[in-house]
Amino acid sequence: MSFVEYGDMIKDGDTAIVFLGHESMFPVKVQHGTVTQTKYGVIRHSTDLIGKKYGSKVTCSKGGWVFILHPTPELWTMNLPHRTQILYSTDISIITMMLELKPGSIVCESGTGSGSLSHAVIRTVAPMGHLYTVEFHQQRAEKAREEFREHGVEHLVTVTNQDVCKNGFGVSNIADAVFLDIPSPWEAIGHAKSALKAEGGRICSFSPCIEQVQRTCLAMEEYGFTEINTLEILLRVYNVRTISLQIPDLGKAAEDNSSTGFDSSNPSNQATTTVSRSIWLCLAFGTSVY
Amino acid sequence: MEDGQSLVSRIREGDCAVLKRDDVFKAVPVLRRRKIIFEKQWFYLDNAIGHVYGTTFEVTSGGSLQPKQEAEETNKETKEAGTDNRNIVDDGKSQKLTHDDIKALKDKGIKGQEIVQQLIENSTTFRDKTEFAQDKYIKKKKKKYEALITIVKPSTRILSTMYYAREPGKINHLRYDTLAQMLTLGNIRAGNKMIVMETCAGLVLGAVMERMGGYGSIIQMYPGGGPVRAATSCFGFPKVFFDNLHEFPLSKVDSLLSGTFSTETLPSEPEDNALAEEESNGLTDEKQTSLQKTEGESTTEAAMEINQTEEQETMDINAEDVEHRENKEKENKENVQEKQRRQWERRKKLLETAALLREKNADGLIVASKFHPTPLLLALLEFVAPSRPFVVYCQYKEPLLECYTKLRERGGVINLKLSETWLRNYQVLPDRSHPKLTMSGGGGYLLSGITVVLDKGKSDSSNLEALKMEEPSSKRCRVQDLHG
Repeated sequence: MSFVEYGDMIKDGDTAIVFLGHESMFPVKVQHGTVTQTKYGVIRHSTDLIGKKYGSKVTCSKGGWVFILHPTPELWTMNLPHRTQILYSTDISIITMMLELKPGSIVCESGTGSGSLSHAVIRTVAPMGHLYTVEFHQQRAEKAREEFREHGVEHLVTVTNQDVCKNGFGVSNIADAVFLDIPSPWEAIGHAKSALKAEGGRICSFSPCIEQVQRTCLAMEEYGFTEINTLEILLRVYNVRTISLQIPDLGKAAEDNSSTGFDSSNPSNQATTTVSRSIWLCLAFGTSVY
Repeated sequence: MEDGQSLVSRIREGDCAVLKRDDVFKAVPVLRRRKIIFEKQWFYLDNAIGHVYGTTFEVTSGGSLQPKQEAEETNKETKEAGTDNRNIVDDGKSQKLTHDDIKALKDKGIKGQEIVQQLIENSTTFRDKTEFAQDKYIKKKKKKYEALITIVKPSTRILSTMYYAREPGKINHLRYDTLAQMLTLGNIRAGNKMIVMETCAGLVLGAVMERMGGYGSIIQMYPGGGPVRAATSCFGFPKVFFDNLHEFPLSKVDSLLSGTFSTETLPSEPEDNALAEEESNGLTDEKQTSLQKTEGESTTEAAMEINQTEEQETMDINAEDVEHRENKEKENKENVQEKQRRQWERRKKLLETAALLREKNADGLIVASKFHPTPLLLALLEFVAPSRPFVVYCQYKEPLLECYTKLRERGGVINLKLSETWLRNYQVLPDRSHPKLTMSGGGGYLLSGITVVLDKGKSDSSNLEALKMEEPSSKRCRVQDLHG
């Protein structure tokens, strides 16, 4: 397994995702001799995981079961340990498309944060591309390096510990795309421009506040960027359930036996006849993902 | 793999390029002496050849393109401006230049920038407008009179935006942000073995190919006689990208799943389909290539016709005719042999693709079509390995509701999610920032999930989910009790 290539069997050293049920899952480092506690019981790595196929059902000691999934950047985003606020797949998707990322792309990013976007970018630019990511927090930078190593992608990424606003990305004239997710992106636009290839490239800045967006757009214009666009994307997830609605008893017309066909004298009968009619009801939960 | 990233991309003859003016796009083939009509302008692309993609051109008289010079912004010396519009009356008489005056300026060959300047000077109300209103006025006039066209390199971003704006019907109203979600949710990347089923003119296929960079393989399932790849050709992929692109007819899926697959009856020639589904966004080049493809066909038919007429003319035989006929017959034979050879090729490819599918180890499934998604999913998921993502797009929500429920019954899938994305773009200008347009509902819906090992008996996971689907008022069994 790796985050840039599928594998069929679970191996020692893999990062796997344990799926317990609807929206409930967590990552696990597969290791000989280790056990993992779940609410359904214990999972013994040596017997239950190693050598099994990804996607298998594993029965835990208490009798309940879980599924073991192959990691993907999307599953990682939903389960990674947060050191900072992260980007979710909805935003990551549109960023990837708007920056025109694809295999071979060279990308510069700051800040690395918890590595959510980083993993997605690495997946997209592999096998010939590269991600240069800058993080000014020393421990976060180190933790990111460690995770990339564990996930088998360290050859595709370079983590630099410095302040991008002061010292840039550490590379120049090589990037196809630059991504900024920092408090003062307008201070890094100049560095972004020098990191981009001479013939040009794409830039994207992510900010939670409109004031930051305003200042950044202005800076982009000053540095000669064109086609500046500001977008917001919202994810709405629908909860699908099958329920049945009772048909109300509207009574029977006097003397006429053939009217509605419902036996109004027996209300429970009505309920029974209508139970077979299921009406799909769709409940919407608007989830804005930042 | 060709790493086009390191070389500067230049416009070449034969490319498919995208013309851009503000937010309007149009894909055109780059051919010399070919008149292009775009945004009420007529011009030739000859002068653009050799320039870097992304260059902006001006349309000069005669229809030739000139690269736009870096015009120094006319230093607006202390702009006289008003504070609000309380005294500005819109009587349509503020512009002193008449329609004919402006036409005369245009005919004289005066540059757009000059015309805008003239309009400003001849507007009685211009100096009463606020600075913002003046800005807006200038922008509007520039848009109308300064014909600037940028030639951009096609990409998923550009083509999906273009199709959604110009021909959403061709792509089942798949909005570009929805497409972006599909590519990410499906973990589309280099090295995958993907199954793609789409009726979006080949746009989705192209997007998948772009994200795979030529690595891995794609099996495209198609309805009818053959896959439509009109949009795919716009991307300008190197030929090698198509080496690992396979196709398989939907009409054979059932037989493949039941083990009764054979190549006895092939679907009708795909070339007919290619002609029928021609792009209407200016890709007349499409016709040329399709015609070339069917050359084999038509010569055979023509040969057949000649055969018939010769039979009618059996009366008038002379030495010349005999030799002529013999040559024609040889030609007929060759054409028939050619047709047979191609049929044999197709059969061989079909068998190879069937073998690939039979491995049942695809790394993912993408469906985006006009068909009801349920039967497609239930069938095509059989070819996907466990622990792999799949994404289904549908223009409407309701079919996905049924799909969701049927998948729950089938089992072998987890993390089912039905979602929709809303997109909002903003105007960001100092003191003038506000949202522009909210796009919701009209971009389609996605159903995504992950495959797991399928229990041949009724899947336990579906039992679990069935419980969760009960009325909120009813008690839910504790999971422990179920497994106790």
